[in-house]
Amino acid sequence: MSQLTLADFGITQVLIARLVLIFVIFQALVLTSAFMVWMERKVCAYIQDREGPNRVGPAGLLQPFADVSKLVFKEDLRPKAADAFLFAIAPIISTATAFAAFSVVPFGGETTLFGLLDQPLRLEATDVNVAVLVIFAVASMGVYGIVLAGWSSNSKYSLLGGLRSSAQMISYELSYGLALASVIMLAGSMSLREVVTNQAGYWWGVVPKWYVFLQPLGFFIYMTAGVAETNRAPFDFPEAEQELVAGYHTEYSSMSFALFFMAEYINMVTVSAVATSLYLGGWLGPFSERFGVGWIYFIAKVLLLLFFYVWMRWTLPRYRYDQLMEFGWKWLLPMAVLNLIATAALVIWLG
Amino acid sequence: MELFAFYVFAGIAVLASLGVVSSKVPMHSVMLLIVSFGALAGLYVLLDAPFTAVTQIIVYAGAIMVLFLFVVMLLNQHKEDDPEVVPASVLKPGLRAGVLLSIMLAIEVAWGLSQLGVRPFSTEPGAVSSISSVARIGTALFTTHTFAFEVTSVLILVSMVGAVVIARREP
Amino acid sequence: MPTLNHFLILSGVLFSIGTAGVFLRRNLITILLSIEIMLNAVNITFVSVGRFKGTVDGQIITFFVMTVAAAEAAVGLALVIALFRHRETLSPDAFTSLKW
Repeated sequence: MSQLTLADFGITQVLIARLVLIFVIFQALVLTSAFMVWMERKVCAYIQDREGPNRVGPAGLLQPFADVSKLVFKEDLRPKAADAFLFAIAPIISTATAFAAFSVVPFGGETTLFGLLDQPLRLEATDVNVAVLVIFAVASMGVYGIVLAGWSSNSKYSLLGGLRSSAQMISYELSYGLALASVIMLAGSMSLREVVTNQAGYWWGVVPKWYVFLQPLGFFIYMTAGVAETNRAPFDFPEAEQELVAGYHTEYSSMSFALFFMAEYINMVTVSAVATSLYLGGWLGPFSERFGVGWIYFIAKVLLLLFFYVWMRWTLPRYRYDQLMEFGWKWLLPMAVLNLIATAALVIWLG
Repeated sequence: MELFAFYVFAGIAVLASLGVVSSKVPMHSVMLLIVSFGALAGLYVLLDAPFTAVTQIIVYAGAIMVLFLFVVMLLNQHKEDDPEVVPASVLKPGLRAGVLLSIMLAIEVAWGLSQLGVRPFSTEPGAVSSISSVARIGTALFTTHTFAFEVTSVLILVSMVGAVVIARREP
Repeated sequence: MPTLNHFLILSGVLFSIGTAGVFLRRNLITILLSIEIMLNAVNITFVSVGRFKGTVDGQIITFFVMTVAAAEAAVGLALVIALFRHRETLSPDAFTSLKW
């Protein structure tokens, strides 16, 4: 009787490698959100001319773990809400969509893990030919976490906070989508991997062919819409006004609250990762193909954008709600449409 | 494998739709319909139409259902007004009509499918790539169906203006 | 491999569920939701027959159906809001003043 190998069950080396890669991506996202907690408090502190957390671990690096332990041990309150099931599921929807959007983002070229694998493995969870639309679709689904949280808390103030926040998110989704469409026109494909590989090469040997140089306005629109989508920095009125009254996540405690916060940080990471792939050349950089270190460049660029996020939050005052909506509809959307038309004209003119 | 996926998605779609029709709480109906749309998007992916699947999520589950949700929340509908989902005065004639219609539908579908024979989908590689490419859809939309495309944009504008005018509070 | 017949039967079942919802439910919002179920059933038919014939026309029609459904849902819900302001109820039995 011949030996049964694992391959007979359909478990090939490729399958194991991909599962490990997905696990690594998931853990990296969770650790990044923990790292973001630390970075936010440190950067905020230095901007405010003080030092920030420096007790827990070297330079306060273990602070997020202390925060999470505190949250885990808190009591999980469950008010006599309108709907227990929706109350429980709202943070899950927020977090699940935050993770799901990262499944189509490529963060490196092909690698063989120093010759361990037979075939080169692409560094991404999956590659679909409509990747950009998938990101947009998942962002649309993220609205439900907030809407359901506001509704199921059974309080008028939570409801209004949830409604305002979701109205803000769907208003800025339009500019988000139009900025994405401009890049798709330049790249000629919706798959993020092809968009990145189209940015390879240099002009005049020095300037990399990233789309941020071809589309500076598009980059600005995308980042602004992304910041508004994640309810951050100058656009966080629905979170802040309600600090005085109530908020859509005011009835949540311990792990559910932690889930909302993690979802917010992971959404920030996704917006930064997609912006890196679309505008800043993804994992491309000097020697990225030869030595397979593309993912280091990717992480560096994403960290740069995340620092920019945190910097904006602690520097700019927040928009009032009507100013926010006016900006989104009367300024950002026309700019995005003009950007799209100009890009289309440019693409046709230059062949 | 694909047959299993089909049954899973189809089962979810049918069960969720039954839940939509029979639930007393409007919020639950909306949520179950979103689940049903997700299952249908999975079915579109099985049919090699990824663009339609993603458009379904973006337009239906992401925009239209948010609109329904806003209206349900604005009207503050926690539970349905009348105590029974279907009052008896409607149920008996409704059931009679429904049973008649279902029998007619079943007979028609069965007859139609018998004329059809078993029609498997073609599995040539060209068949798949010719319909799943977004470039092809875009080309067809902007060349063969340009007029319908432009008329649809006017339709959306008209419905937007109409919705704002109808739902406005009388000053 | 699912065949065209599978998808057509599924579409028929979904359509009848939607129709039953429109006839039997006494809540305006649920009636609108049932109409959306019916539109989705038709979309499945179009896409599956398009795949069967190997053309992209099925998806194009689906694109237009989705757009029209969005427009119709918007206007329908605006009407529901306006009606609710008048009678404070969402039951269609309250709006029978045009019956003789």
